[in-house]
Amino acid sequence: MTIYVNNQKHEVADALRVDELAASLQLPPQGVAVAVDNRMVPRAEWERTELKADARVVIIKAACGG
Amino acid sequence: MEKLIIAGREFNSRLFLGTGKFNSNEIMEQAILASSTEMVTVAMKRIELNDKNDDMLKHIQHPHIQLLPNTSGVRDAEEAVFAAQMAREAFGTNWLKLEIHPDPRYLLPDSVETLKATERLVKMGFVVLPYCQADPVLCRQLEEAGAATVMPLAAPIGTNKGLQTRDFLRIIIEQAGVPVVVDAGIGAPSHAAEAMEMGASACLVNTAIAVAGDPVEMATAFKEAVVAGRRAYEAGLGTVAHSFEASASSPLTAFLND
Repeated sequence: MTIYVNNQKHEVADALRVDELAASLQLPPQGVAVAVDNRMVPRAEWERTELKADARVVIIKAACGG
Repeated sequence: MEKLIIAGREFNSRLFLGTGKFNSNEIMEQAILASSTEMVTVAMKRIELNDKNDDMLKHIQHPHIQLLPNTSGVRDAEEAVFAAQMAREAFGTNWLKLEIHPDPRYLLPDSVETLKATERLVKMGFVVLPYCQADPVLCRQLEEAGAATVMPLAAPIGTNKGLQTRDFLRIIIEQAGVPVVVDAGIGAPSHAAEAMEMGASACLVNTAIAVAGDPVEMATAFKEAVVAGRRAYEAGLGTVAHSFEASASSPLTAFLND
């Protein structure tokens, strides 16, 4: 199925979970947050959150700013 | 010097630092350490999947430093709440610099949305430090909504113009029941010292340090200015005369002519 990660198209396995996506993207163990379809998904819920086709995933990290 | 207390946490330093515009993460970290700050802002951006090396966070994580994630980039209260949840998850803190400035030209904060977001975020357990207009009525409303501080601007972000809102800052400071942090527009250590002499609880400085010829030395200069201004405030400044008529500080007996 197709999902979008930070607006980029990704082909992934059906019913991929957020923790599996995080592993495949090699996300660091801290300093990031993930939202699916505009809802923040806490890390503790990653392994029970399945992505649906066309899911819009946003992953953020720290940036410099005042 | 009295300690600054925000939401029950004590701070020895009354200088907050922003992390934008530094030439490198290394210089930023040196400036942070030179300033002795205990509160440092951090913004958020979408992760670039191909870039594993861009990690500014490790340069600002020190045991004595409270991270203050900001919501820069959001346009209204709803987006601010979403950004706040992302920040709390990513950085493990419920402290938040709430900033909602939808207009990119002047980056002036939207008062209506800032107040709305403050009300919601406080209920969600965030320690909210809102960047706001130097509007005494708004600052009262933010305080009533549960803001941990108010952070009125001295001048638009990044302008280095100093205390353009001076008279309103005085009113805000006079009536505030929470710490007043002067944020944005402070361009020189003298501006920071003046804000502190007026009774501001702290100053937030970014551009003036980050774009200085020597950011680390400038960070030290701001540290000293904030301390000097605060000490002067606590010591109690003398009154300013109404006229230019002098008031002697030495005895006027003409000892040479007698």
